[in-house]
Amino acid sequence: MFQILMTLLIFIIIVIPIGMYMYRIATYQKTFADPVLNRLDNGIFKVCGIDPQNGMGWKKYVLSLVLTNAFMVFVGYIILRIQFLPIFNPNGISGMEESLSFNTIISFMTNTNLQHYAGESGLSYLSQMSVITFMMFTSAASGYAACVAFVRGLAGKDKKNMGNFYVDLVRVTTRILLPLSIIVTLLLVWQGVPQNLSQNVTVKTLEGTMQDIAMGPIAALESIKHIGTNGGGFLGANSSTPLENPTIISNIIELLSMMILPGACVIMFGKMVRDRKSSNNVPNAIKARKSLFGREGRTVFVAMSIIFLIGLFVCYYAEMAGNPALVNAGLSQSMGNMEGKEVRFGVSQSALFTTVTTSFTTGTVNNMHDTLTPLGGMIPLLHMMLNLVFGGKGVGLMNMIMYVILTVFICGLMIGRTPEYLGKKIEGKEMKLTALCIIIHPLLILAFSAIAVATKSGLAGITNEGFHGLSQVLYEYSSSAANNGSGFEGLADNTLFWNITTGLAMFFGRYLSIVIQLAIAGSIMRKQFVNESAGTLRTDTTTFTIALVLIVYIFAGLTFFPVLSLGPVAEHLTLWG
Amino acid sequence: MKEKFKTSLSGVKKAFLVTLVLLIICGLIYPLVMTGLSQLIFPHQANGSLVKVNGEAIGSELIGQDFTEDYFMKCRPSSVNYNTYTEEAKESGEYAGPASGSNNYAPSNKALVERVQADIDEFLKANPNIKKEDIPTDLLTASGSGLDPHISPKSAEVQLEKLEETTGLSMDTLQKIVDDNTEGKVLGIFGQDRVNVLGVNLQIAKEMGLID
Repeated sequence: MFQILMTLLIFIIIVIPIGMYMYRIATYQKTFADPVLNRLDNGIFKVCGIDPQNGMGWKKYVLSLVLTNAFMVFVGYIILRIQFLPIFNPNGISGMEESLSFNTIISFMTNTNLQHYAGESGLSYLSQMSVITFMMFTSAASGYAACVAFVRGLAGKDKKNMGNFYVDLVRVTTRILLPLSIIVTLLLVWQGVPQNLSQNVTVKTLEGTMQDIAMGPIAALESIKHIGTNGGGFLGANSSTPLENPTIISNIIELLSMMILPGACVIMFGKMVRDRKSSNNVPNAIKARKSLFGREGRTVFVAMSIIFLIGLFVCYYAEMAGNPALVNAGLSQSMGNMEGKEVRFGVSQSALFTTVTTSFTTGTVNNMHDTLTPLGGMIPLLHMMLNLVFGGKGVGLMNMIMYVILTVFICGLMIGRTPEYLGKKIEGKEMKLTALCIIIHPLLILAFSAIAVATKSGLAGITNEGFHGLSQVLYEYSSSAANNGSGFEGLADNTLFWNITTGLAMFFGRYLSIVIQLAIAGSIMRKQFVNESAGTLRTDTTTFTIALVLIVYIFAGLTFFPVLSLGPVAEHLTLWG
Repeated sequence: MKEKFKTSLSGVKKAFLVTLVLLIICGLIYPLVMTGLSQLIFPHQANGSLVKVNGEAIGSELIGQDFTEDYFMKCRPSSVNYNTYTEEAKESGEYAGPASGSNNYAPSNKALVERVQADIDEFLKANPNIKKEDIPTDLLTASGSGLDPHISPKSAEVQLEKLEETTGLSMDTLQKIVDDNTEGKVLGIFGQDRVNVLGVNLQIAKEMGLID
């Protein structure tokens, strides 16, 4: 328990300076690396014919995002299909089949990183580098770009200009993702993660048998996998393998890498919307500069932290309690539930990793989630269903803001005040879009799950009998719709049915939300500021934070409680009953 | 109309060029430069932390092995047998190339209980002086990766009595070997105490004179 708290403490210490840095990048302020990076960026802009001064409205911004992503999907798909060519392919991997290629490419472009293949046998080094690693950068950068544009819209400094998508995409890549990845890659190699282009090594063991040891450019992928909250491992068993995550130090580096940018996004948001206030009201500017978060950012950060911590403790205690079925069989559970976990991490670091990877929607795993105790496994499932506890690459922040708007609306109704957020009126149009946005996610999860359990080809994937089978199905679609990518990996999911349905869930889960959210920001952006009065509901208070957390839980409860009680809860009751 | 078409065409061109440029930077230059740097600064780690005896690699520090000889310490159960195999298994297709992962048995899965039950029986037969409740949790549960190189110090301890008999080494020597291969928590806070099984067995083999 102590080591969990210490790890979180390190997170809090480093998230603040990184948040400040991101804020500077998002608002085009000077940073220390400008002399070098300005040249690089300007070079890229020149080659691509991008005019950095050219701002975009929300529609153009979304269109550019979708169009660029479409090209990336196209190029990536081709590489996957022709990966059998002898280019960076020392292990002689063959080309990937169509439906699996479709699923894989959607999965990586949408930042989901659901994997229906195993890296050892499914991908050549060329694909690992120029499809997987490449998309890990660009899908994360696309998400952050959308988030930055969204916040610009809310902050509403300008009536039309949301920024230039290409500029944001490039700047996020060169100034945030690349530098961090280079540092983290070297740290990981130092800890033992391989980084080479050699063929897999076959050794002769002490007992005279043979052993294969996987090789490849693992570390370079591993770093951006976490920094970009992507989560798709180089090897089948992801960050539980000692090649991807060899030591406790590498484990903490990976944990922090995936927490840092989503956390920093909230801080960036707080500072960007605070700018609005300080420019309206000059005397307050000096006072505001001193606060680290910005008050609106603090509300969101605290609400996210509360939900995160509740989940973490439930998961930890559920895992420590162990598996009663094994106690009956005579195996002591004094170390907790160790099936599917690594000795070097134990229950503490595994429970922490599990909660972080699903809250920050990364999807990397350092233990097998299918083998978690029912309640321990319900937490990652629930956090993906919520999809707003920090969340990956800025998207979590946008989802949380949806709930903030909803809370403003509901609280406004309760006390009879006009709903306002960040100095703008929330009206019918925004509420309709918000409601739509909030509905899509559960609709994707529940509808696809219903189809899967109603069809033969869906049921064929289930490998654990009873209530846990339903959890496997639910987990797969929650992970897809939330663009998380972890799995209850027992599911036999490399079939036409699962490849296509999860591909669709990932696609709609990603792009519908982004389009709607930017539409909301675009609509709020155009409104006039209203003056704060005694009748304004303040959104930077403790009361509001608590209301926000409650609303999140109530909505999740109303939507998902029935299905959760049929899955994890029922399994828990039968195990312990 | 013509103007509009022109601007949308330039949008398509930008999107395409940005894709190519980022593909080259992030998908080729970055991983290749990192490979070069890693090979230069950390050549041992970058090539898989191989353990060598007389210049021949016999395994990796990071990965466990499926030890079957009774004079070797045992690793945890693995669904992929730590990617260890015999020539025959490869020829017959029983071994299909390196993999990783676990069987993903849910806690409520009967197959999990059956496997653990069978392993307990086998362990008690091989170590008749150990009581059932003294078998540590980690020793008979499968790791997530199927490649876990470690067992807990307790899991090493319960195997020592048997090893004393089969290796002919003294308890003190064995205890020292285990201590040499035990790693503690980082800063006394992070992680778990653990024993590297390959390290232990390598030293056992040396003491027994199986290798020099």
